[in-house]
Amino acid sequence: MKEIMVIAEHRQGELRDITYEMLSKGRELAESFGGTLSVVLLGKGIRALAERLIPRAHRVYLIEDERLEFYNSETYERVLLQFLTERRPHLTLIGHTAQGMDFAPALAVRLGWPLATDCIGIEPKDENFTLTRQIYGGKINSEVTFLRKGPYLVTLRSGAFEGKEKEPLSGEIVSLPSPLTDEALARRFLQFVEAAVGEVDITQADILVSVGRGIKDGENIPLVKELADSIGGVLACSRPVVDKKWLPKACQVGTSGKTVKPKVYIAIGISGAFQHVAGMKGSGTIIAINKDPKAPIFSVAHYGIVGDLFKIVPVIKDKIKELKQK
Amino acid sequence: MNIIVCIKRVPDTADVDIVVDKSGKDIEKSGLVFDLNEWDSYAIEEAIRLKEKLGGTVTVISMGGEDTNESLRKCLAMGADEAIRLTDSAFSGSDGYATAKVLAQAIRRLPYDLILTGTQAEDDGFGEVGVMVAKLLGLPHVSIVTRLELEDRKIRAHRELEGGLEEVVEVDLPALLTIQTGINEPRYVSIMGIRKVAKKEIRVLGLSELGLQAEEVGLRGSDIELERVFLPPVGEGAQMLEGKPEEIAERVFEILKDKGGLV
Repeated sequence: MKEIMVIAEHRQGELRDITYEMLSKGRELAESFGGTLSVVLLGKGIRALAERLIPRAHRVYLIEDERLEFYNSETYERVLLQFLTERRPHLTLIGHTAQGMDFAPALAVRLGWPLATDCIGIEPKDENFTLTRQIYGGKINSEVTFLRKGPYLVTLRSGAFEGKEKEPLSGEIVSLPSPLTDEALARRFLQFVEAAVGEVDITQADILVSVGRGIKDGENIPLVKELADSIGGVLACSRPVVDKKWLPKACQVGTSGKTVKPKVYIAIGISGAFQHVAGMKGSGTIIAINKDPKAPIFSVAHYGIVGDLFKIVPVIKDKIKELKQK
Repeated sequence: MNIIVCIKRVPDTADVDIVVDKSGKDIEKSGLVFDLNEWDSYAIEEAIRLKEKLGGTVTVISMGGEDTNESLRKCLAMGADEAIRLTDSAFSGSDGYATAKVLAQAIRRLPYDLILTGTQAEDDGFGEVGVMVAKLLGLPHVSIVTRLELEDRKIRAHRELEGGLEEVVEVDLPALLTIQTGINEPRYVSIMGIRKVAKKEIRVLGLSELGLQAEEVGLRGSDIELERVFLPPVGEGAQMLEGKPEEIAERVFEILKDKGGLV
C-alpha cells in the first residue's frame, strides 16, 4: 500500500499550521489512491505534540533526541535520510517554509529522489503527480510533472491548502531510535532572536495604510503617511520597503513580518505577492491602489483602484480632509 | 577569502502585462526588460563587502546564453574580479536540480572559501538551487540569511524565519549561504562603470569543458518538466472604483465611513 509521509514542522513547542495543511492534503491524496497517511516528528520532549496528531494520521512516527531540540538541517538530513530510505514512502510532503526550504533540497540531493518545490496544487496522475506552482511573482501559474520515478518529495506553500479537521483517524505513535551520534556538526544552532519591536504595534491597529514598492523612493513615504494621518490610521508596508530601509521591520506585513487583521487595510503600490497577502488577507475591508490591473492584490481586495498612486493618493487625502470637516 | 557567487538574469515582470506565448509553456519575453535577479544583487553586494574588508577574490558564475553577459558585467562593475558563463545547448530545459549540477561542477574546479547565492529567483522561484549546490559539493549550508559575520574560519549567520523571528547559527567554512533580500543595500552601478568592464574577458565553459554528460543536465537530467503555464484563476476579485480621481476619492470616503476606516 502506498504511504504518504508528512514531515511535521514545529517550533518553540508549537506545531506550525503548515503541518495541519500538509496532513489535510495528504489525507485527501491517500484516500484518492487507497494509501495510508503517516507523519514524522523530530525533536526533544515532543510526545505531547505527537499525541495531538493521532486523529490526523494512521501512523505518527516520533524520533526524539536531545540533539534534535532545535532544528538544524544537518541533524534533520541525517535522521530523515535514514528514515525515508527505510520507509520509502510514495510521496513525502514538506513545508515550503524557512525550515523546509532549508532541508528539502538537501534531502533530495542526498536521497537522489526528485523534488518539486513551493507547490500550491498537487493531484495524482497515474504513478506520477501534476503539481501547480506560481511563477513570475504569482502572475502566472505553471503545471509540472516529475520526469523521474518516485519516491517523490514535494514542498507545499504555507496557506495554500486548508488545514481543516476531518473524521478522526485512530493513529498510533511509533517511537523510533535516533541515529544521531556525538559526531561534530559543521553547522550549529545558537539562538532565536526576535525582530526589533516598533513604537507602534501594527497588529493592534484598526486602520492600516500600507505601502509597497510602487512608492519608488523613501522620500515619497510622507505622501502615504499623510493619508494614514487623515483617517487616523497607522502606517505599514510590504517587504521591499523594509529591504530598502525606507521603513523599519516592525512595519512589515507578511509571512516574515506581522500578520494583521485590521477593520480596514489600504494597500498602496503593493502588487500582492503571496508572502504579503498571507499577512493581511484576514482584514475586514481591503482597498488596493495599483497601476497594474493584473496585480494579484486585486484578487484579494474588496475594492480596487487602477492608477498612478502619486496622482490618486493626494486627491483622496484632500477629499477626506474636506469631507471630514463637513 | 575567495568567494563565489552564483547569479541569474531574469525578466522584470513586476509592472508588466504578462502574456502566455504560443507554446503555452512560457511567457512572451520579447519586449521585457531583463536584469540581475533581485536576491542575487544582494548576494554579490555581500560578497564584495567581505572582499573589501578581508581581501581575496569574488568570482561570479551564471548559466545562460550570451545575454547573460550583461548581468555578469554588472557584477564585474560592482566589484567582482572574474566572471564565468556556463553555456551549452545540452543545458536547455534544466530545472533547479539540473542547474545545480552544472553550477556545482564548475565550482568544483575553483578555489573557494565561501559560496553565496540568492535565496530564490524572481522567475521560477524554486528556492532550491543554492542548497542543492552545497550538497552536491558536500558543503554545509545556511539558507535565507539576513545578516552574517565572519570570525576565524566560521560564519555567524542570521536566518529569517516566519513572523519576525530569526535564528542565529554558526557554520564552519567552506560553506554555502543563500542570501535574503534586505541584508544590505546593493551599490548602484553607473553606465560608466559598466563601460569600464566592457572589455573584460568572461570565461565560457560548456558541457565537455565541465566534464559533464548530456544526460546529466538539461531536461534529461531534471526532476521536473513544465507542462503548461496559464494565467491564475481570478477569484471574486475587487469591485473596481472608476471615474475621475475626485469621484474615486468620494467613493473611498464613503467606504471608509461605512467600514470603520475613519477615526
